[in-house]
Amino acid sequence: MFSATQTAGVGILCLCGVVASPALAYLGGDASSVSADRVALRGQRSDQPMLQYDLHVITAATGTVVNEYTSRDNRVFAITWQGPTPPDLRALFGAYFAGFQSAAAASAATRAGAHRQLSLVQADFVFRAAGHARAFRGRAYVPSLVPAGVAADDLP
Amino acid sequence: MPRFPRWTICLAAMSLYACGGGGSGGGAGSVSGPSVAGAAGSVYAAGGANVVSVTVGPGPSAGSSSFNVPYASVTVCVNDTNSCTTVDHVLVDTGSTGLRLMASALNGLPLVPESDPSISGNTIAECLPFADGYTWGSVVRAAIAIGGESASDVPVQVIDDNASFSPPAPAGCTSNGSSLDSVAAFSANGVLGVSLFSQDCGRYCEQSTGNYDWYYSCTDSLCHSTLEALDSQVVNPVVLFATDNNGVILQLPSIPAAGAASAAGYLVFGIGTETNNSLGSATVLSADAATGEFTTTFGGQMLSGSFIDSGSNGLFFVDSTIASCSSSVGDQFYCPATTLDLSATDQGNNGNTSTVSFQVANLSTLSDANFARDDVAGSASSIAGLGADYFDWGVPFFYGRTVYVAIEGQPAGGTVGPYFAF
Repeated sequence: MFSATQTAGVGILCLCGVVASPALAYLGGDASSVSADRVALRGQRSDQPMLQYDLHVITAATGTVVNEYTSRDNRVFAITWQGPTPPDLRALFGAYFAGFQSAAAASAATRAGAHRQLSLVQADFVFRAAGHARAFRGRAYVPSLVPAGVAADDLP
Repeated sequence: MPRFPRWTICLAAMSLYACGGGGSGGGAGSVSGPSVAGAAGSVYAAGGANVVSVTVGPGPSAGSSSFNVPYASVTVCVNDTNSCTTVDHVLVDTGSTGLRLMASALNGLPLVPESDPSISGNTIAECLPFADGYTWGSVVRAAIAIGGESASDVPVQVIDDNASFSPPAPAGCTSNGSSLDSVAAFSANGVLGVSLFSQDCGRYCEQSTGNYDWYYSCTDSLCHSTLEALDSQVVNPVVLFATDNNGVILQLPSIPAAGAASAAGYLVFGIGTETNNSLGSATVLSADAATGEFTTTFGGQMLSGSFIDSGSNGLFFVDSTIASCSSSVGDQFYCPATTLDLSATDQGNNGNTSTVSFQVANLSTLSDANFARDDVAGSASSIAGLGADYFDWGVPFFYGRTVYVAIEGQPAGGTVGPYFAF
């Protein structure tokens, strides 16, 4: 799941336990709400503090792994996923979901790669996904929230 | 589980189909022919029992046409009756699993939804996720005939493109993105998924403890996600044929670099089951049993999430040195100043390798009238770092090539699937 060449941030890997906490998680939302995603995805969670961001790994009961990246000011700035089925994008994208859904609809017919991939670059939301049944992967991030020096397109 | 063809139904359907053929292959500038050399010199003739015509050409309507979409026709019948219709312009897709037909293309055929065995009165519906959205609709049981092969009681998805099905897609389905419930979304009246898997979901939907949200048990007003037994899932129709049921071969003819108005090729059922479908000297590349993927090495990078996919309209891979097309042409496609000659090496899990040479033309210079194009390429959706970077070998890969897709767990030409061979 994690490449050997992780960019941006060398820190101590800490596999911490699950921290129970209220509130709803979404891209751009408060980091304390990452626990809500774990509950929504019925998953296991591990937390890994890095130099410039924290990484929270949620393994959903479906087997799909979701990485949530939170900045030093506690905002979820990027999400990546990989697994046999997509995660719940509505829960993970929060306020960005509606714009994502309508942009995806706008270009469906003659898209490069038909329905095996999609790249969307909006004013402050980037979505890149690819795959097929049993093997989906993707990332989404809010450029204005990405910490300086972090290459969001390279996050594992 | 054995499936027995309903010969009384299928005889009528087959004679309709064999006379009508699978779509036109003519037109100015087209390069096609009734005889295309296959592996070991075998020649496929349309109309043979295990051979069906495939045409790359215009779509079912002016607003639903795209280049590089290979089409076949499928006959579908209400189970145990003579009530049938033939659906043309069905996308032949080695990258997905299962037969899916637009509701609007069924001419009102009253296909019977699959029942939920554990809740009386409920029927099964499915939400199939794609990278950019989903298809939603009822799962029915139908008899089908494709070329000379047939099966009855086949689970098929009816894509609800005309709001004829209730209820509409639930929230767990629409969270996948945009609805692909339209002929325009696929430039096709349906999808014939003939991948190397037996069902679309497999054990995940049979055993998962999570909200898998693919299969639903529905009244006409409410659905809840449910587990689904393997033999009730939307199935690769090939596995239900009485014979020739271990895989498929897709072969498209060579075409000029500038493209062709259309191209006529073949979809052949079975590998090593008849005199016309032997592996010959094709190289077998075993695929990952969970994902169906293999490794492509290109530009010094090992791309472990690669796949061979006739549902994809070009070759897609990351190469930042190749210029992108303008947004009016599509900035996901490549438009190099001059045609590039490139190569990549595919490697199966069995260690076999095969080097593939291919060309990347400037898409903006190709005529809109040419629906068959063997040198279209574009950028893969960059997922760097997720360990599953990929090379998508789409339709251009198939021109001038005989491509074998062997189904998981099936002995095919001496090797058990899943594998690709070419």
